[in-house]
Amino acid sequence: MKAPDPDEAKLLAGLRAADESAYEVLVRTHSGRMLAVARRFMGNDDDAREAVQEAFVSAFRAMDRFDGDARLSTWLHRIVVNACLMKLRTRRRKPEESIDDLLPRFAENGHLHVSGAGWDGADRLIERGETRILVREAIEKLPDPYRTVLLLRDIEEFDTEQTAEALGLSKAAVKTRLHRARQALRQLLDEHFSRSGADDAEESR
Amino acid sequence: MNCREFVDFLMSYIEGDLESEPTRVFEEHMRLCPPCETYLDTYRDTIRLGRFACQDENGPPPAEVPEQLIQAILAARKQQTS
Repeated sequence: MKAPDPDEAKLLAGLRAADESAYEVLVRTHSGRMLAVARRFMGNDDDAREAVQEAFVSAFRAMDRFDGDARLSTWLHRIVVNACLMKLRTRRRKPEESIDDLLPRFAENGHLHVSGAGWDGADRLIERGETRILVREAIEKLPDPYRTVLLLRDIEEFDTEQTAEALGLSKAAVKTRLHRARQALRQLLDEHFSRSGADDAEESR
Repeated sequence: MNCREFVDFLMSYIEGDLESEPTRVFEEHMRLCPPCETYLDTYRDTIRLGRFACQDENGPPPAEVPEQLIQAILAARKQQTS
């Protein structure tokens, strides 16, 4: 367990004493990170803001039950993820978007068509300033059902069973969807990171 | 094994869910097929880059929160207590 953070202990004491200024500190300190999480899940600002507001309302109600074993940031993170999952469940479904165009293509004999000569490797890509934003934008492009599974499994690190339970899917469906989501994301990133793509861009200048 | 089957088994392979014989066949295909090897490498990189981009404990400052949203949340808190 992490050493207790004195600022957090003080904040928690304020929250437990129903000190309204402590609530304001809580909101100002944590809402930015929560909004970033919600934006990834919801894919747009309006829904993300609603999810954050709903998450805080749930957190305020549950404050008495917060036992202080986890950090407040971890606890609030879980609450905002849950708020997003609830909202996604009730959100009016967009017409089912296909990701078939982003899945690998095979020749009739089963051979794989892939463009280019691969990427520079994650270590080098991570050093590039624009990588973080390119990857986030690509994740946002995934259709809801795929993005949600990818976020839960690969980012939130839920296991297959937890993801299946959170989304009301079978474990097999979670695996299939995750694999397709990763393949689609790989394809979207390939447009930016493929070494041959970069060469083409150089040549066209 | 052809490329299509390779891609089908890829996730089970990287998650360590394949038995030893399918693993041997999978790895043999990979040795003989550079495009599939590249595909596997970039699939793995995709997972790592996703984590890097979204798990931002040490990342750049989180989203800027509109003051209006903060006020709406605090108003909701007041409503709860009243």
